[in-house]
Amino acid sequence: MDSITVLMTSPMSDYLETQLRDRFNLVKLWTYSSKTDFFKHNSHSIRAVVGNTKIGADAELIDSLPELEIVSSYSVGLDKIDLRKCQEKGIRVTNTPDVLTDDVADVAMGLMLAVTRRVCECDRFVRRGLWPKGNFRLTNKFSGMQVGIVGLDRIGSAIAKRAEAFGCPISYYSRSEKPETNYKYFSNIIDLAVNCQILVVACALTKETHHIINREVIDALGPEGILINIGRGSHIDEPELVSALLEGRLGGAGLDVFENEPEVPEQLFGLENVVLMPHVGSDTVETADAMADLVIKNLEAHFLKKPLLTPVV
Amino acid sequence: MASEDNEVEDHRPLVLIHSLSSFKLPLQDRLITHFRLFDSLASPEASSVRALICVGPTPVTADTLDHLPSLRLVVGSSAGLDHVDLAECHRRGIAVTNSGDAYSENVADYAVALLLDVLRRVSSADRFVRSGLWPQMGEYPLGRKLGGKRIGIVGLGSIGSEVAKRLVAFGCTVAYNSRNKKPSVLYPYYANVHDLAVNSDFLIVCCALTNETHHIINKDVLTALGREGVIINVGRGALVDEKELVQFLVQGEIGGAGLDVFENEPNVPKELFALDNVVLSPHLAVLTPESFEALNEVIIANLKAFFSNKPLLSPFQQE
Repeated sequence: MDSITVLMTSPMSDYLETQLRDRFNLVKLWTYSSKTDFFKHNSHSIRAVVGNTKIGADAELIDSLPELEIVSSYSVGLDKIDLRKCQEKGIRVTNTPDVLTDDVADVAMGLMLAVTRRVCECDRFVRRGLWPKGNFRLTNKFSGMQVGIVGLDRIGSAIAKRAEAFGCPISYYSRSEKPETNYKYFSNIIDLAVNCQILVVACALTKETHHIINREVIDALGPEGILINIGRGSHIDEPELVSALLEGRLGGAGLDVFENEPEVPEQLFGLENVVLMPHVGSDTVETADAMADLVIKNLEAHFLKKPLLTPVV
Repeated sequence: MASEDNEVEDHRPLVLIHSLSSFKLPLQDRLITHFRLFDSLASPEASSVRALICVGPTPVTADTLDHLPSLRLVVGSSAGLDHVDLAECHRRGIAVTNSGDAYSENVADYAVALLLDVLRRVSSADRFVRSGLWPQMGEYPLGRKLGGKRIGIVGLGSIGSEVAKRLVAFGCTVAYNSRNKKPSVLYPYYANVHDLAVNSDFLIVCCALTNETHHIINKDVLTALGREGVIINVGRGALVDEKELVQFLVQGEIGGAGLDVFENEPNVPKELFALDNVVLSPHLAVLTPESFEALNEVIIANLKAFFSNKPLLSPFQQE
């Protein structure tokens, strides 16, 4: 299939890059100095786009690739892909669900534990040589805390399963109730925030969920409440979050995603009730390879006219 | 009548608070509702007191016991009792209790927190972001998946069981080593830690420190665990041969470590400070307000049981 030209939008994975290069004619968007330069050389040959959470396939890109047949995303999130345009033009779209569910849920748990028990702060305390001078103070018990989940799909359910093993009562807010679970459903997010101690954002980013965590929700969660975000930065009104933390109106936050990555509000850097990670939810050796394999399998299936493994459109 | 008003009989049993001045028993004021307390071995009451509360790691030695001829119960306030001469207590017919389940959940939580932190680089990533390096460097090294991995628990007591329960929910498999196999437990048992290490990806050390378990994690076990292995220690520092562990970590012969305890607290080997695959904490896995509430209940329950000749709540049992 090395006559088939595939565009990779950003350097998301060395392993994936090698696999694509071995199987197809690979074009790397980031090696071009300008968009015009790129389009001049490639627009008529590209039949597939491999995108990720940084650069997907927006309207401009899709419109400039007349031979585009498939967008295979190295992510489960689809917020960087113009799905409607793909649908209109009959362009297939695939993503990487399931293979990354466990890892993202694990980061959510890691953040919850790190914030409540101040794990990173304690590590800093020891590394700075402060222990001989006196003990660190008490931190709050994690087991048994009420956990509220926004979005109970694959990742949200995986988080719930883990938190339950710590004796945490689980409640959730979702587009629709899931009666097959034993968890307590709230039909609006304010009620969920009022009734939990740790609020976890695990839903997809859509027009409706943009800034779903706003000042009202943050205030409902309150000065003892903890906010965890492993979804997308834009789920949270970030300036509101920052001021709530600085003013003590929110108890703490564990964040793997931000509105304008890789920029992170510097005011957070001095806070000890915050844990910050650089969008690593699915970033393990094992899962990175599994995601890459899934991208490749979807592309091969498409060009061999076989059923796609994980189609979205 | 005046004399009756002044002479209310005090039926509260007498208990000694045995404490090094640097250690305070939290919530001590709650105990006086139930017990009459004193705190000096030199007091005349030392000769008649039948129970003592040992605060923190205050040593209970043969010499201590010589001052307390009527003693029949030592109530520990920690999970570990390596500071109590258990053989001497046994010889004198003195029962010993520990904190029972009071701390187990908190310690298990911290053990899992340390493991997640090492594998997914939580503290290291937090440092990376706070230093402003993300916009400059873009990529951050990949972590390692927890799900599907084999956990080896060294010491499947109250704490070890809580750790196992949590990690099973992450999709891990669990095996264990204990002094004796536990017939009611379904996890695979290994009779020695070496074999457990051979068959595990990550070891979690939760057992009590005794003469037998001193340096139970030694060079042989670390080698068996392998280059990708991770050690989490929430037991006692001396369970691990610290010098060997540091060497293994510095040479890259083991994958990482999460340590809440050290051989010579509060001193921590400085070589560890430069390593990103190591997470350190100052012996605080138990330190939550909830632990002290729970501890208080366990202490009171053990003392009440003792003074009414009922079975003790949490007699010390070696795992």
